[in-house]
Amino acid sequence: MFWKKKVPLIIVFIMGFVMALQYFIPSDFSQKFYDTYLDWGIVIGIFGGVLGYFSFFRVHIHKVTKKAPNWQFSLISILCSLLMVVAALLGGRGTGSLFMQLFLYTSAAINATVFSLLAFYISSAAYRAFRARSTQAAALLLAAVIMMLGRVPIGDSISFWTRWGLPSINEISQWILNVPNLAAKRAIILGVGLGSLLMSLKIILGIERTYLGSE
Amino acid sequence: MHINTDIWVLIAVFFTLSVYTFLWKDNPLYKFAESVTVGIGMGFALVQWWNLSVVDRFWVPLTTRGAAGYVLIIPAIMGLMMVTRIIPRFAWMSRYALAFTIGAGSGMVLPRAIQANVLQQLYATMLPINVSWTGIMVNLFIVVGVLAGLIYFFFSKEHKGVFGGIANIGIWFLMVGFGATFGYTVMARLSLFIGRVLFILRDFLGMQLF
Repeated sequence: MFWKKKVPLIIVFIMGFVMALQYFIPSDFSQKFYDTYLDWGIVIGIFGGVLGYFSFFRVHIHKVTKKAPNWQFSLISILCSLLMVVAALLGGRGTGSLFMQLFLYTSAAINATVFSLLAFYISSAAYRAFRARSTQAAALLLAAVIMMLGRVPIGDSISFWTRWGLPSINEISQWILNVPNLAAKRAIILGVGLGSLLMSLKIILGIERTYLGSE
Repeated sequence: MHINTDIWVLIAVFFTLSVYTFLWKDNPLYKFAESVTVGIGMGFALVQWWNLSVVDRFWVPLTTRGAAGYVLIIPAIMGLMMVTRIIPRFAWMSRYALAFTIGAGSGMVLPRAIQANVLQQLYATMLPINVSWTGIMVNLFIVVGVLAGLIYFFFSKEHKGVFGGIANIGIWFLMVGFGATFGYTVMARLSLFIGRVLFILRDFLGMQLF
């Protein structure tokens, strides 16, 4: 119990206290201590990578060996990852190498397309969100429409009222971004800041222990 | 129109169209593209992890910096302890490495969260009132919006009476903020879609569009 639960809690408390204190002591030693921690953190993270890759191969190899539904796609994933390793070993990682070409013309292209696919699905989400069932939902709808029109040239073209000295859609969208949106985001950021502050304190003081696992 | 027969462009077009088949329904072509991007992404990350982290940040300092490099054996041992998660009997040892990084991370967050997320935001909200009338109105609008938004997020007191009224103003600001974010996201996704269409029309089909 002492080695499995108490010691990790003591390490968390000491490290948390020391790293918080380090911020308030501006000296070369303090800065060197901080830099050393960053180097150490990277080295520990390297082994976190080992866990990640192990998990990836274990899950997919398990699916292939058990002939689970769609196991063929797991095999494709394994082969593609090995192909990248072989490509890097044979041709290096420089610009124009097989490794980079494979990445740019497959993974990068697929990722960009998947994200662009969301343009279609966000439209159906917009339909649900934009049904102005209350005045507050109508405010959301109006802000979104103004923002969309304000980001494209048509926003200025349809702003016929500018001849009477009123602001164009582009100007209104900029105002929404700079004023009400800024106020809302700032309230959220302040809330997040206070929340992360409390969560850090709970971890350092050993109140929050979920990272230790169940056993 | 001149169709580009470069093998890489053809591959990219194939995968682009494969992903768009998902608009019809989930199908083997989409699943193939999905597993390819998972595999290629994992292989890319693996190679970069080996070269940029293992070699550059661990092996090179360890073998070239002498005593200063040997110190890295300590975090390496902690890292190895993290790997013990694979073996259930020794999995508890990974808690030491986790405790080290989580403790340090929490300690680092404490002053920095106060500085960046609380104090800086408060400074930025304390806006001057000795400006033009329009400036005063805008600044007041921001101050009221931030306070009302914060009050809306305060759930320890029931949103009733004056408190509830201010929280309601906070909802208005938040709705406009979310609307603006939503509109911005839609436009960003559309811009990506236009990028993919342009790739097919210009890079693959060789159309002179503009």
